[in-house]
Amino acid sequence: MTEEQNKTTVLRKTQPEPLLEVRNITKRFPGVLALDDVSLKFMQGEVHAVVGENGAGKSTLMKIMAGAYIADSGEILLQGKKVSFSHPQEAHEQGVSIIYQEFNLLPERTVAQNIYLGREPSKFGVIDIRALNKKALTVLKELGADEMISPTALCNTLSVAEQQIVEIAKAISFDSKVLIMDEPTAALTLVEVRILNALVSRLKTRGMALIFISHRLVEVFDIADKITVLKDGQLVGTELAKDVNAEKIVHMMVGRILDHYFPPLGKKEDFGEVVLRVNNCSNHFLKNINLELRKGEVLGIAGLQGSGRTELAQALFGVMPFKTGTMEINGKTRTVKAPSTAIKYSMGFMTEDRKAEGLLPKQPIRDNMLLTVRSMQSILGNIFNDGIRKSRKMVPTLAKQVDVRTDNYDREVQFLSGGNQQKVALSKWLASNADIFIFDEPTRGIDVEAKASIHDLIRGLTKKGIAVLMISSELPEIIGMSDRILVMWDGSIAGELPAKSTESDVMLLATGHETNNHSNKNDEAGKE
Amino acid sequence: MTTSSVSANGFNKFLHSIRIPPVYYFLLVIFIGGAALDFYFADGQILTNRAILTNIFVRSVALGIVAVGQTFVLIGASIDLSVAYTISMTAVMSSFIMQGDPTKVPTAIFVVFIIGAVIGLVNGLIITKLGVNSFIATLGTALILKGILNATFANFTGSVPRSYETFGYGRIGPIPISIFVLLGVVLLGWFILARTKFGSQLYGVGGNSEVARLSGLRTHRVLIGAHVICSLTAVLTGLFIVSRLRAGAPWIGPDGVYDLESVATTVIGGTALSGGKGGVWGTLGGVLIFGVIDTLFNQLGVNPFLKNVLRGVIIILAVASYTLRSKREAA
Repeated sequence: MTEEQNKTTVLRKTQPEPLLEVRNITKRFPGVLALDDVSLKFMQGEVHAVVGENGAGKSTLMKIMAGAYIADSGEILLQGKKVSFSHPQEAHEQGVSIIYQEFNLLPERTVAQNIYLGREPSKFGVIDIRALNKKALTVLKELGADEMISPTALCNTLSVAEQQIVEIAKAISFDSKVLIMDEPTAALTLVEVRILNALVSRLKTRGMALIFISHRLVEVFDIADKITVLKDGQLVGTELAKDVNAEKIVHMMVGRILDHYFPPLGKKEDFGEVVLRVNNCSNHFLKNINLELRKGEVLGIAGLQGSGRTELAQALFGVMPFKTGTMEINGKTRTVKAPSTAIKYSMGFMTEDRKAEGLLPKQPIRDNMLLTVRSMQSILGNIFNDGIRKSRKMVPTLAKQVDVRTDNYDREVQFLSGGNQQKVALSKWLASNADIFIFDEPTRGIDVEAKASIHDLIRGLTKKGIAVLMISSELPEIIGMSDRILVMWDGSIAGELPAKSTESDVMLLATGHETNNHSNKNDEAGKE
Repeated sequence: MTTSSVSANGFNKFLHSIRIPPVYYFLLVIFIGGAALDFYFADGQILTNRAILTNIFVRSVALGIVAVGQTFVLIGASIDLSVAYTISMTAVMSSFIMQGDPTKVPTAIFVVFIIGAVIGLVNGLIITKLGVNSFIATLGTALILKGILNATFANFTGSVPRSYETFGYGRIGPIPISIFVLLGVVLLGWFILARTKFGSQLYGVGGNSEVARLSGLRTHRVLIGAHVICSLTAVLTGLFIVSRLRAGAPWIGPDGVYDLESVATTVIGGTALSGGKGGVWGTLGGVLIFGVIDTLFNQLGVNPFLKNVLRGVIIILAVASYTLRSKREAA
């Protein structure tokens, strides 16, 4: 970087005008106020982190700034001029780029082809391959990544960090002034995070405004100049990173009033013997998982997106099985290699993505309820034992158990409300007499009233002696429902907390900090 | 480091840099297997015969040309099942217009290419603008073409003039003209896919149309373009077949199973049905595999049903090997 460029950067920095500003942005989704009158300024040469719990409105805000969503009200100003983006392409052209968590690269094409997709240097439609690779190399050089990544490498041969750099290169090649990154460090190793941080500092000196959403407070403090906290769609505040510490930020992120009724927690005498024990289990995502689940308890699994919550459920249920370690189910060592084995050992799994994995939306209620039972019957049994008619008789009982009120079991499940869909999904496991239930986000996307009834249902299950492992990204739900809480971070269990812990305790563990009052299980395992 | 390992390294690098489609290893295996059969059953008379070797190529011309077009649509994550009837339409219409008159050849060629372009355009429009799945859309146009053909022409119609037969039977030196045509089409296809903006955009649209859209591509136009190209190659195949048969009949396209075989050879060649990956050189390899099997089995007088069994096995093995390979790369 030359002196002259340095001067201009300094000069620009002294200008008070923000590069990008949002004013009074409000965005409503059916049933949720995602953003409520949020105003923020993003300055040149600054790394601005936006943090908050799941559902705080971070992603919605980013998507509005990048043109993927349109705000209901409020305005966006780019270099003092009012702009409105109706499509990500428009934002892109005016210098606002976004890099999503899932990469938008073509795996079978080269780095250069990806960076200049649709903008290849060409004469009469014939691509000048040399110029293309040269241009890509120039961009990579600007990022200081020309030795790491070759323009002619296929993208599917690159590591996650390298792919991220290609994404950044693509954004730079558009002459972006503002670069938004959604959880850029989520899938990176420590070394890769350092590379990314160095890169971000470099972009900073170019006079760009960098915005990044992250759950990982440690990394936020490493890189951000300013930290803005959102909570429940509202702006809590913006702080200079050097003026605050993690506890302060976590305190800003949580601390809300519980506005929702939860059934009373389990009592000591309700808890029975251990039905599920996991010893030192790992797979490519999860590291050294140890846990015990008792009869009659709700074990809450907290953790932020990407911490391995869902992967844990999938490992237990055999969707993505553990590779090492042992599992005991009802006192016997078992290997669960597929969901069908998990079901045989009387486990039930309520998936996070109800529509894609939990229900057959175009099938009637009846068939959905009986799905698991039927899959366990042998085909011949269906014919000779009259299994079909027998199982059909179960339907009204099941519906009563989960409180689905309908007189027509032939209705397609897709026409039911979210809450009722969830109840139907639950009933198929009741029908199979499962006694270990895994709930992944049991109340996502359903209204408050239905939430309460799902919570009652879960508590009702434990009263019958069923063991429940409940994964949730909603802290109030974790704290309101769990008899014990395991907090996950980075693919392992960061610590265990007792019932009625505070949201701050959970949040600290979930963002990679240790709490004072509880030991970090993983570290202990490492020392052994 | 010793010189031999350096040169081995260099050779590996060279192999890697030119990216030979893996289908050619299959072709080699089949050829060697074929040679073994040949020596055992026919004293090696088949594969040493230059006429028979040439015939392998000539047999591959009709399928090869249309398979190049099919490669374009498959890379765009689409499919064209109407090529067989486009071929019939071309054959019938061209010989109907020519009626053995050499002066009418240019008119006939012009008309059938226009018809082909329209068929491709309609396919592309139905898929992009009406949002109909490409399988269904082109199956639909195939049925429409079939109906029109069967209602209008019952049998061989018209004829082509002697001079026009040069396309099918002529030679430049010892090599048939049609082989040059096939190679020309493959080269042109390779050039468009690998060296032009359109080709690059087609890989983008097929690989991930959302990414392509967000990169500012007009995804619909690109896909429509691919369908037009595909139909035009079907027309060229039709023109070649009619020059061999000397007259067109409505059943020649479906009789040659050009729709499914063009898809099969393209996929054997390494183009993914899900799009965004592949190329015409691989397709040529796939077509030659079919050509070798056909020729060899015909010469040996093997039961033709066995030939189909072998073809089926090869399709499955080839695609399974690609899946396993990409899984290994991902792990």
